[in-house]
Amino acid sequence: MSPQAQADAAQLLAGRARWHPFEVLFWLAAAASTVLLPGHHLILTEIAWLALFALSLDLILGYAGIVSLGHAAFFGLGAYAAGLLAKHELVNEPLLALLLAGLAAALLGFVTSFLVLRGADLTRLMVTLGVALLLRELANKHAWLTGGADGLQGVTVEPLLGRFRFDMFGHTGYVYTLAVTFVLFLVARRIMNSSFGLSLQAMKENPARAEAVGMPVSRRLIAVYTLAAGYAGIAGALLTQTTAFTSLDVFSFERSADLLLVLIIGGAGYLYGGLIGAVVFKLLQDSLSTITPQYWPFWIGLLLVAIVLVGRERITAWTAPLRAFAGRLDRRRGAAATKA
Amino acid sequence: MLTILFDGIAYGMVLFMLACGLSVTLGLMNLVNLAHGAFAMAGGYCAVVLVNRLGVPFLAALPLAFLASALIGLAFERTLYRHVHRKSHLDQVLFTIGLVFMAVVAVDYVAGSSQVFVQLPDYLQGRFTLLGVGIGRYRLLIIVLCGVIAVALQLVLMRSRFGSRLRAAVDDARVAQGLGINVGGLFAATFAVGSGLAGLGGALGAEILGLDPSFPLKYMVYFLVVVTVGGTSSITGPFLASLILGISDVAGKYYLPDLGAFVIYTIMIAVLIWRPQGLFARAAAR
Repeated sequence: MSPQAQADAAQLLAGRARWHPFEVLFWLAAAASTVLLPGHHLILTEIAWLALFALSLDLILGYAGIVSLGHAAFFGLGAYAAGLLAKHELVNEPLLALLLAGLAAALLGFVTSFLVLRGADLTRLMVTLGVALLLRELANKHAWLTGGADGLQGVTVEPLLGRFRFDMFGHTGYVYTLAVTFVLFLVARRIMNSSFGLSLQAMKENPARAEAVGMPVSRRLIAVYTLAAGYAGIAGALLTQTTAFTSLDVFSFERSADLLLVLIIGGAGYLYGGLIGAVVFKLLQDSLSTITPQYWPFWIGLLLVAIVLVGRERITAWTAPLRAFAGRLDRRRGAAATKA
Repeated sequence: MLTILFDGIAYGMVLFMLACGLSVTLGLMNLVNLAHGAFAMAGGYCAVVLVNRLGVPFLAALPLAFLASALIGLAFERTLYRHVHRKSHLDQVLFTIGLVFMAVVAVDYVAGSSQVFVQLPDYLQGRFTLLGVGIGRYRLLIIVLCGVIAVALQLVLMRSRFGSRLRAAVDDARVAQGLGINVGGLFAATFAVGSGLAGLGGALGAEILGLDPSFPLKYMVYFLVVVTVGGTSSITGPFLASLILGISDVAGKYYLPDLGAFVIYTIMIAVLIWRPQGLFARAAAR
């Protein structure tokens, strides 16, 4: 690569990595909610781990283009891992348990990635769905360990860092979940704005050409699948730790399908889609399930059908003016920087 | 032992009825239709209503279930599915999952969430022993009926003008269109027949598979396995894949009850490692 090309590439990456004002605003609003909305911390906690979970799907779907019907497999594994570690007092520090749960899920992601990458879209659907169902069946059959259909009961989560108790109003839980989500978001943002993230997008656009210019396609897909699995596992572990309970439902197909909807609402492939989608989805689900407790999946289904018929691009178009504005600000700042 | 084989074959035959339409529509239009099970469920519930409520004879209810599902399939194809033919697989997945959710809740709302059964006439109940093999009369009916249909499908596909057009369109839709074959109409017809066969499978299989509102979700992975293992380029591939799946699932549940559903997943993984394109697919399949 010539020095000029190298400089161009570096400038491109630096431009992508620059923080937009809207991003800062978004996270400031999230931080403010810990103080300003104390009465809503339980649902906010759910939004926060769902956002992390959706972020993890965004890594493989939005960036690498892998359609998964069974992302709940990793979420569930993380949830059960955290639950079992706490229940049997193997690891008392929640943060350490969180890390271990994430590692366990990442390991599963690594192992199954070889199966996922072997086939075309349809095979991937079957494999991802199959892995999630298989884990659910495993958890169901080994009731001595997991509590089977009754769920894993008797989980007591020790205070965070030995000091902060998980209270019943979810204050500690929310700050904890939000902080973990933020840190992992930063990591994902760093990775996706690096040359690695760019190469993933290139592979998604045209795998054959990416391979031809010398990108190790399979290895990078395995890496990102493993990373996303770890993220999903941590999201699951957060669910267990903040509710002190987990059940077979964490592996369910509905959870994977809902997650697709969450990401689609917000738009895939720019990291914030999952976060915005999580907020919209939870509020929607909350209001729908108070109106029709039993039949709200119908409206979720209708929403999915409507989104596809209208066109996904048009659904996420509502964020376009914001993004355009952010882009303009960005260019102005960039111009100012070069002048200076 | 042979009885298990017999039951497994019956089970596999039902799976073939359920999934063959999916494999053809997938091969023809590259359309991922996860809602295929919903059409099967429609046929099953149709049979339940006809037989249990209206007192229609069981054997007469089967063709009616076929017709009902085929009409529903045709209606959905012409109004909704045609809009997603050209969209990405992700869109098709989202769209059909949405349909599944709606179907599940709608059936739950109308018919209740409990499992339902079709009342079988007396002459189809019970077993008899032939050469030491316990043969259930109902399962025998399934095997004969589905066997005849499978042979008929194969003949239509291989010998008739419709079949040769269909095969041409599956091979290369664009060239077939250029030769004057109406691929859209062909697809609608195939979709309707496929949905109808699924409905027939749902009606026949209600006794073996169990029928409740979550049916399309529960058997989604089975359909996917049949299609991925069997490939989409022929009828024989999905047929053999269904038989393998049916026999191994029944045998697995009988001999290794603790492992239950693991058997089919193990087979699925083994096949994938061995032949990622499916057992019977050609190498150049799309």
